[in-house]
Amino acid sequence: MDLPTLWFFILGFFFIGYFVLDGFDFGVGMTLPFLGRDDTDRRVLINTIGPIWDLNETWVIVAGAVMFAAFPEWYATLFSGFYLVMLAILLALILRGVSFEYRHQRPEASWKRRFDRMIVIGSAVPAFLWGLVFANVVRGVPLDAGFNFTGSLLDLFNPYAILGGLTTLLLFFTHGVIFVSLKTSGSIHERARALAMRSGLLTIVVAAAFLVYTTVSYGTVWSGILSAVAAVTLIGSYIANLRTADRWAFALMATTIAVAVLSLFVSLMPDVMPATNDPANSLTIANASSSGYTLTIMSWVALIFVPLILLYQGFTYWVFRKRLSRASITEEVEPGAAGAGGGGAGAGPSGAGSSGSGEAAASA
Amino acid sequence: MNDLLDPLLLSRWQFGLTTIYHFLFVPLTIGLALTAAIFQTAWVRTNKAQYLQLTKFFGKIFLINFAMGVVTGIVQEFQFGMNWSDYSRFVGDVFGAPLALEGLLAFFLEATFIGLWIFGWDRLPKKLHLATIWITALASILSAYFIIAANAFMQNPVGYQINQAKGRAELTDIWALLTNKVALAAFPHTIFACFMVTAALIISAAAWHLTRKQHVDTMRPALKFGLWMMVIAGILTIFTGDQLGLAMVQTQPMKMAAAEALYNTATGANASFSLFTLGTPDGVSELFSIRIPYLLSFLSTHTLNGTVEGINDLQAQYTQTYGPGDYTPIIWVTYWAFRYMILFGVLSIVTAVAGLWFTRKGREPKRWMWKVAIWAVPLPLAAMIVGWVFTEMGRQPWLVFGLLKTSDGVSPNTTGLEVLISLIAFTLIYGILAVVEFRLIKKAVHQGPEEPPEPDEVTGEIAHEATVY
Ligand code: HDD
Ligand code: HEM
Ligand code: HEM
Repeated sequence: MDLPTLWFFILGFFFIGYFVLDGFDFGVGMTLPFLGRDDTDRRVLINTIGPIWDLNETWVIVAGAVMFAAFPEWYATLFSGFYLVMLAILLALILRGVSFEYRHQRPEASWKRRFDRMIVIGSAVPAFLWGLVFANVVRGVPLDAGFNFTGSLLDLFNPYAILGGLTTLLLFFTHGVIFVSLKTSGSIHERARALAMRSGLLTIVVAAAFLVYTTVSYGTVWSGILSAVAAVTLIGSYIANLRTADRWAFALMATTIAVAVLSLFVSLMPDVMPATNDPANSLTIANASSSGYTLTIMSWVALIFVPLILLYQGFTYWVFRKRLSRASITEEVEPGAAGAGGGGAGAGPSGAGSSGSGEAAASA
Repeated sequence: MNDLLDPLLLSRWQFGLTTIYHFLFVPLTIGLALTAAIFQTAWVRTNKAQYLQLTKFFGKIFLINFAMGVVTGIVQEFQFGMNWSDYSRFVGDVFGAPLALEGLLAFFLEATFIGLWIFGWDRLPKKLHLATIWITALASILSAYFIIAANAFMQNPVGYQINQAKGRAELTDIWALLTNKVALAAFPHTIFACFMVTAALIISAAAWHLTRKQHVDTMRPALKFGLWMMVIAGILTIFTGDQLGLAMVQTQPMKMAAAEALYNTATGANASFSLFTLGTPDGVSELFSIRIPYLLSFLSTHTLNGTVEGINDLQAQYTQTYGPGDYTPIIWVTYWAFRYMILFGVLSIVTAVAGLWFTRKGREPKRWMWKVAIWAVPLPLAAMIVGWVFTEMGRQPWLVFGLLKTSDGVSPNTTGLEVLISLIAFTLIYGILAVVEFRLIKKAVHQGPEEPPEPDEVTGEIAHEATVY
């Protein structure tokens, strides 16, 4: 395999990492109205991804930077061509990120409700738009000889791409619900499992339609096989959920997303962004990539650091492996009375010490 | 009307605004992570509850601030492709590498370990937990290095060659790129400036409580810490700024000429530094000026009788090298930005030195002095921002000095309307978030440190919150 092709797959690896990991963050964000009956519920939900959403989001930053470094032409065409879509994703990510951090800063219900709403929007919008973006990349767009996008915003909202968006939206939703069921115990866990049964069915139907459409219109033998694998693991995840095997359900769902993204990448080859108007204008792995020197340097860096990154990120997941429940939410003073000095967190230490939630003893 | 929808102009405004905005938060992230790490180390070493209180107090402000740094940073990265696609095509081979390194080596570390720090109080052994905040702090400093190395390539391109066939710059020497002399000088200058910004916040917070005679046992040490941090970081900022000036004169003489609005080449005593000038708005003729002879020569060459090239000569040289065109940045911006950077910075340092004097050996300063300490908080931040405005606008009309003009870097297919929409959207959302953020930080500061937690009777351990959000 030549260097540009290798980097094509490494880039695929980073996008897979992003969609598998931030995918369930989006899902958890979207479940707030479905699973969060009261503030405690919603806090449990948000805390399931509390320690990790930031590092999951960082995958897209790295994926973007890797695309910039390894395929500058692709990066330039995609980001400038899909300008307003990218803008919407950015705005959504901003809203989501600050809401996690700001939501708990004030006690008023109206304050929290506002940020809850922003978390839902900030999760659903990118979940849909990333699918739309990648479906359009696979489908191809009109490009001029300088590789600049010549279409309009409306071109991007074609039926295939919309189906792609709905697919990621539903995949991430169900992925998030399964994650909640994996990471919680008690009533939230029960409700999450039930919800996953319902959303899972719809997800299977839509995702299957998208994979078939992709394979028939843009696929190759290999991408077809991968699509089939993705369909099987998706159904497997559903069955695992039926049998209350949380871990299997989650692992198979993650596999589904990974294999589906891989299948999109494989179906693209040797292009990275086909031109629908004139194949001569297509961006390919060869003409979009960086020089051999740059890719060699990056290969060494990736070889050394990617394993390390996986190691310490794995460690984080291991540290926070315990399931959460309503009892894990430390009973704070209702901060209406928090007037002077103390504030909510003041009760934290004693609360955690006495609530017997088991969380405080987790360090043992 | 056409001007209003000029994608180039709008993209420049957008990039400038969003970067400045990103950089309102970054200095505090860099500085407060280190502050929390230092206080937590003191706590682990001495077991004194007051250090734990300080760790958590500054840690809380750090967290409120951190989220903003992250979400505005993503915008920065995406914008290269969105608004500056021709630039991205031209430099991607060179410029992408440090960005990718930044992500792989620094951002991942930072984002992972900050999660471990926030949520890990009760789940990690004490020493390991302490390590997580140190790693976060060091990773944030490391990330600054890579981004500044990328920026330094735009100021002083090195380690590349031009591939004519592809019409782009290609990396030939990564080591040269990472040890660009502009990067080596700009990095410490920026980091020490970040510490000044942080110190100002610490001083202000401590002074606010001390005037009210509350939390004296924590805020008194915090005040001392902040004052020393300001003085030391301030001196180092000035020292490194001087080094940076030398690098700048060698690589971009036009910027130094523009910093002084020096139209004609001058030598020795004539190469004077003006503290203040009144002139016609274009700066061409001057009405009144206070000048220090030799200083400009010293700043530029470290000798008293050096020669400093003037704008007119440089303009003529550049026209010869690069063809006809205007190679002069906007003089009044560079002139005043350079002065205000120094003025605001020196004022901050002077204030801190005075603070050390008036609080020596437990003395109580007067009320108005506390007021000054509280309200001096924006000074270093302002210095920092005008410093960057100077650096970036002083580079104009170049985007990559000598290689690519700003007007050639903008996305050719992005319409003015699209950029206008994004510019308005960012301005609105950033404006609202700035207000929220400011209020939250103010509230956290005013709330003060929490009471020292009671150690568990049996184990002697201190319990912390298990869930944070
Ligand atoms: C608290 C902030 C602060 C303070 C007190 C100073 N600076 Fe500064 N300066 C910055 C913060 C800054 C900065 C972080 O904003 C910049 C922008 C780019 C950079 O690397 O640092 C900068 C840029 C910058 C540049 C432009 C470099 C270039 O464009 O290549 C020069 C020549 C100086 N500084 C010199 C000085 C001198 C001689 C100072 C004091 C006597 C000084 N700075 C104080
Ligand atoms: C955080 C500190 C920084 C600030 C406050 C800042 C500020 C600015 C400003 C005000 C402009 C507009 C200049 C003009 O158009 O006249 C600008 C442009 C730009 N800067 Fe920076 N900048 C910073 C750091 C960086 C870094 C680190 C990079 C690259 C890695 C960078 C890349 C650019 C680019 C690509 C442009 C757009 C082209 C242009 O207008 O020159 N900047 N910046
Ligand atoms: C215009 C160029 C810039 C780009 C493209 C950029 C990009 C980014 C990105 C993507 C993030 C989010 C990282 C995360 O998720 O952890 C970020 C945060 C950060 N940036 Fe920037 N940045 C720019 C300017 C700067 C400058 C000039 C500095 C320092 C001198 C800086 C220092 C930081 C630091 C320390 C963080 C980490 C703090 C945080 O995550 O909140 N950035 N930046």
